[in-house]
Amino acid sequence: MEFLIDRLPLYLGGAWVTVQLTVGGIALAFVLAMFFGVLGTARSGLLRAVSTVYVEVFRGIAALVLMFWMAYALPLLTGFQLDGRFAAILAVGLNVGAYGAEVVRGAINAVPRAQTEATIALDMSWAQRMRLVILPQAWAQMLPTFGNLSIELMKATAVAFLIGVADITAVAEQMRQATGETVLAFSGALILYFLIAQVLIFGVRLLERRANRRLGRTPPGGRGLLALLRPPALTTSGGAK
Amino acid sequence: MPPSDAQALITFDQVVKRFGDLTVLDHLDFSVAPGERVTLIGPSGSGKTTILRLLMTLERVTEGTIMVEGEPFSHMPRGDRLVPANEAYLSARRKRIGMVFQQFNLFPNMTVRKNLTEAPVHVLKLSRAEADARAEELLELVGLSDKIDAHPTQLSGGQQQRVAIARALAMRPEILLLDEVTSALDPELVAGVLDVLRTIAETTDITMLCVTHEMGFARDVSHRVLMFDEGRIAEEGTPDEIFGDPREERTKSFLKSVLDNGH
Repeated sequence: MEFLIDRLPLYLGGAWVTVQLTVGGIALAFVLAMFFGVLGTARSGLLRAVSTVYVEVFRGIAALVLMFWMAYALPLLTGFQLDGRFAAILAVGLNVGAYGAEVVRGAINAVPRAQTEATIALDMSWAQRMRLVILPQAWAQMLPTFGNLSIELMKATAVAFLIGVADITAVAEQMRQATGETVLAFSGALILYFLIAQVLIFGVRLLERRANRRLGRTPPGGRGLLALLRPPALTTSGGAK
Repeated sequence: MPPSDAQALITFDQVVKRFGDLTVLDHLDFSVAPGERVTLIGPSGSGKTTILRLLMTLERVTEGTIMVEGEPFSHMPRGDRLVPANEAYLSARRKRIGMVFQQFNLFPNMTVRKNLTEAPVHVLKLSRAEADARAEELLELVGLSDKIDAHPTQLSGGQQQRVAIARALAMRPEILLLDEVTSALDPELVAGVLDVLRTIAETTDITMLCVTHEMGFARDVSHRVLMFDEGRIAEEGTPDEIFGDPREERTKSFLKSVLDNGH
């Protein structure tokens, strides 16, 4: 234990880098997921095709290889060296954004057709319909999957150490090499990843609860903040529908 | 050709609507005068609801044209031909038409107030204050002033439908389409909704097209009743004629079946 406490500043430094990668990746993935997800529901076949191309290309590429490509191949092609952290954020953001786009598209399509008909009867434009009616309802449906994806993204940032970014994994590996304390070094990393994941889950549950309340659903699983520490109970009024 | 085309507000001219092989409307001609309240009755699948959905631009005609105020509605002029109307053309014209749905279709992500004000603010460009005033006035009309900040999920079906009526009226439509608005309601909630519609019929000159199985209501509020069967008008007349002395066998048997079901 002392081993870890002594090296806490190093670990926290690594954790801070991992948090940066995670936040940057989530921000990028979210923007891409929303944009291409909405595009995937467009009436125009061309727009839908653009969305499909993005999803299929970046879903089909390993984030690790994409990151290597941007860190090592891109400089050869363009002479421009990306910052390692930036390359990692791009890689995980583009990759998870592709999964997220499918989530957004599915959630939009799951909003009942009758809601669209009601907006037509009120003469709303496509943009008004999306912004005022469809996306707010689809949002509650996206959140649980977004929670999973953001944790996946956070864990995927661990590959960044392979291009020399000093994240949690890099710190653990460095420590293992320096001290030979393999078990402790990686145990520390495990704990930190777990803690960051818990913060992410907590945040997503907070958003989920707010989204459900906005839809007039009672938040499943109780009221207080502590209720957010456990997964929502499945009730007839709550859940995904 | 339909009668009194000169003053007609809505005219269906040889309208055909097919879904695949199924012909729902079969060369339909009819017209509705301004301020007229027309009830459409007939067995399910006879095309009544499709007429409302065509007018609300939720469906497109297969053949024929629909005119509103003497102007093409389902189609738009291009050169000297008529081509199917595009979204911009429809948008400019559907503003004058409102619709109330069988399943209410309130927006669950909004309070009652927002349900009533979002379209007036964003579509009609009313100020928030104007839209709020309009919403409050309409909620009073439908007897739900105390529910303005409630969520749709906190309301009974009957209350939700009254909010839906208010939401349609908030757009100040000239034409109101009512699609089986009491069919999804528990029997004890039907009267409240019909009372609201009676008030609207008595106090406004909104043109109404109403698909309903509530024959008492149809008799009270409508000027004219159209009996549909297999995508055509089997019989039409005043409520007294249709309900009191139907000529067609199909009308008689339909009315008998509805009455037997306790309506």
